[in-house]
This record gives sequence, structure tokens and C-alpha cells, in this order.
Amino acid sequence: MEQFSLSLIAGIFIGGAAGYLGTLMLSKKMALVAGPLGHLTLPGIALALLYGFDVSLGAFPFVILGIILIWLFEIRTKLSAEALTAIVFTSGVAIAFLFLPIGQAETALVGDISKIGFLDTLVICITCLFIFLLIKRIYFKITLINISEDLAKSEKINVKKYNLFYLFSIAIIVALGVKVVGGLLTAALVAIPAVTARNLSKNLFQFSLGGTFLGILSAFLGILLFRITGFPAGPLIIIVSTIFFLVSLIFKKI
Amino acid sequence: MGIVIKNKFMLEPILKVKKLNVKLENEETIKDLSFEVREGDVLTILGPNGAGKTVLLKALLGILPYEGEIEWQKEVKIGYVPQRLPFIKDTPMNVEEFFKLKGVLKGEIKEILNSVGFKENFLNKKIGELSSGQFQRTLIAWALVGKPDVLLFDEPTTGIDIGGEETIYGLLSKLKEERGLTILLVTHDLSVVFKFSNYVICLNKCSICQGSPKEVLITENLQELYGEEVKFYEHHRH
Repeated sequence: MEQFSLSLIAGIFIGGAAGYLGTLMLSKKMALVAGPLGHLTLPGIALALLYGFDVSLGAFPFVILGIILIWLFEIRTKLSAEALTAIVFTSGVAIAFLFLPIGQAETALVGDISKIGFLDTLVICITCLFIFLLIKRIYFKITLINISEDLAKSEKINVKKYNLFYLFSIAIIVALGVKVVGGLLTAALVAIPAVTARNLSKNLFQFSLGGTFLGILSAFLGILLFRITGFPAGPLIIIVSTIFFLVSLIFKKI
Repeated sequence: MGIVIKNKFMLEPILKVKKLNVKLENEETIKDLSFEVREGDVLTILGPNGAGKTVLLKALLGILPYEGEIEWQKEVKIGYVPQRLPFIKDTPMNVEEFFKLKGVLKGEIKEILNSVGFKENFLNKKIGELSSGQFQRTLIAWALVGKPDVLLFDEPTTGIDIGGEETIYGLLSKLKEERGLTILLVTHDLSVVFKFSNYVICLNKCSICQGSPKEVLITENLQELYGEEVKFYEHHRH
């Protein structure tokens, strides 16, 4: 299969799954969490580039570490999300630049799916499909937990179990996201389609569908622009996504 | 008559609370509280802000850790109306979808919305656009799904549209009659206590007084509950 088609397919699957997940993450500042998580993957990506293995595999243990850190920080200390973001951001970037080969810094920071192989693409498609179905299964329960943990608990929902599935989905999507848009831009991949969809939706159905669709469309157009202009695909995807957001502001109040 | 009295005393309490203690972040929020609730009771929990009223409801729901005994009658179903849901506006959602979070089918949603006085077109209303009074009714309807025996109602301290409150308690009265509900409610409104409930607990971390509203709501008790500055005014009953 042609290289460009593989990039396009991989981008579309990751963009769609990230957009869908993003609609669950908008409430309670969870969208912000994707930021520090993305930054924290940088040392993992640096290791992967240095030793020549898959960046998502390098990123994944660091995302898990990040999730544990966030959990510990939020529960054990009263540190605000902003302070947390600042600390995790700086330490992630700092550690990465200690040993990141400078020639490959761009790949780590803003991603690169231009050379993605067939097997990689296949694994990405299957993983994204699995995560999509998992999110679909927990969607209503997580929405209720987001609205009020107390209300969810009063409905005898096992909040811990659902949160675990939810965090697991976030970890996988961030690890895959760094492949497309790099460690710096993963939060945008998750958050912007969802914010845009929120501006345009009247209900939950439109919101979740809109987030997914905008994620797919941004990835598709971004990678297409990469083909035309030669600029890296990651930033182009985010810029397309931002343009959709700006357009949505016009329709917001109508 | 004799049978009625006998029944009343034979009835097992629907809820027994003995020596309840709740600590939040190492601070005693509820101390040594004991009371019983019987089927059909409307119990009001009265007290100043920070007295532990909401905490008590949450302990009764089993969502906060506690010491002591909370014993609900076997297989009793509880509906919970929380005080407020600040995060709900973060997600675009209509009324029908809010009920679907709980797995309710459309037919049942319509029926239950009807019983709190909403028409069918209410299903498509956006939650974020409801007035505070409409939202309160929606929460009550939501709690009524699954036909609970007991309703725990946490009154919002602010933000209900003017005139809304009267109708909420009218509605609760009606629902109690229709469904044979036992109701535990948190409120600040003394007139509600007189009109609507048959048992009061004055709570300020520990129980300051409990009993029927007439017995309990006397000036001394209220001053102890709310502080010296509160003056009790004679209540006009119609």
C-alpha cells in the first residue's frame, strides 16, 4: 500500500478515537491532564528514537507513570492542576532534552507519521477500534461520574473500576497520539475537536459524534496539507482543528 | 383505631441510626447521632451551614465512610436528590439523555416526567438551559426512577427561582401520597418543616434536639442551633 495512504489511515483512526475520548475529558479539567501526560512522554519518545523502537511503545510506560503521578498528587496533596502541569511539563521536557538526539527533536516534539509501516498502521487501527468500543461501553457511566461522583455512587456504580478503564483509554490514546502530533501537541488532539463539538451541539449524541467526526476530519485535512505543503503533519492537523474551532465560535450563539 | 396504633408500633423502622460518627479530613463532622425513621415519615434535618446535613445524607447513602451503625430495612430502595450538580453544564445534554445515563427507557422517562408535571416536549430540552426550578424537578424525577421507597432530598441553599420552592414541596407532598414515599430532607426553611414533616432533627455536628416540629422548634433550641441572633417568629398556619 502506498506510504501516504498508510499515514492517512493511521491519522484518521487516531484522530477519531482521540476526538471521541476528548468529549469525555472536557469536564473537570481532564482535558488539561492530556497536556502534562503528553509532555511526560518526551523522555520515552527520546529513548525510542535513540534505540530505534516504536515511539508509542516508548511513550506508554511514561503515560502510565504520569497517570500514577497525577493520581498521587491529586489525592495525597492539594496541589492545583496548574501547578501540576507546570511541574510535570518542565521535568518531562528537561529530562528528554538531556539525551534526545537533537536531529530527531522535531519527531519527538511534533510527531511524524510520514514513514509509518503497514504493520504499524494495522496495529493502530485495531487498537483504536478497541479503545473506541471500550469508550462507547463506559461512556454513559463516565459521563455520570463526571457530573457527580456522589450521584454515581448512589446509583451503585463502581466508580473506581470505570475510572480505571477511562484512564487506561487516556493512556493508550496519548501514547498513540504522540506518534501523530508529538509530545507537545497531544492535548490539542484530544481537546480541540471536543471543544468545537460542544460549541455546535445541542445534546450528548451530537457532541460525541461531533468530536469523533471533527477529530477524523482534522487528521484527514492536516495530512492532506502535509502532502501538498511538505510541512510536518502534526502541527497542520492541530492548525486545521483550531480553524474549525474558530469557525464554531461564529455558530455558537445561533 | 386499635389496629392502626398497634401497626404503627409494630412496624420495624425503615432506618435505624445508632451512634453515628463521621470524620472528614480528621475533623469530626457528625458526632454521636442516633435516630430512627419509620415508613411514611417525613424527616427534616435542620441546621446551619457546615452543620453536617449533606454529610449525613451521604453517610446514609453509604458513599462516605463512617463509624457506628446505619441499618436500612432489607432491600429498601433509595433515591437521592443532590444539592447541586455544578459540572453538569460542562457537557451538552438533553433531559432524555440525562435519564439514559441511568439506563432508563423512553417510555418510562415520559411517565416519570409527567408525574413531576412536565410535558413530553421537555425530553428535548437542554439541561443547561433549564431554570433552577425546572432542574430541581428534573433531579427529583431522576431520583424516582426505579421506584424508590425512600427519597433523600438535599435542598439547594441558593438559586431556586422565586416562588419555585413552594411548588417543590407541594410536589414532594403529592409524590409522597401517590408513591408512599418515606422522605428525609435537608432544608433551611422552617415553614416547610411545619407544613410538611412529622419529625425534625436539629443538627449541628451532634443532635441538638429531635422530635415532632411542634415539640422541638422552640426558641431556645433554635437559638442553640443557629446562635443567639436568631429570633423565632410565630408561624401562621392556614
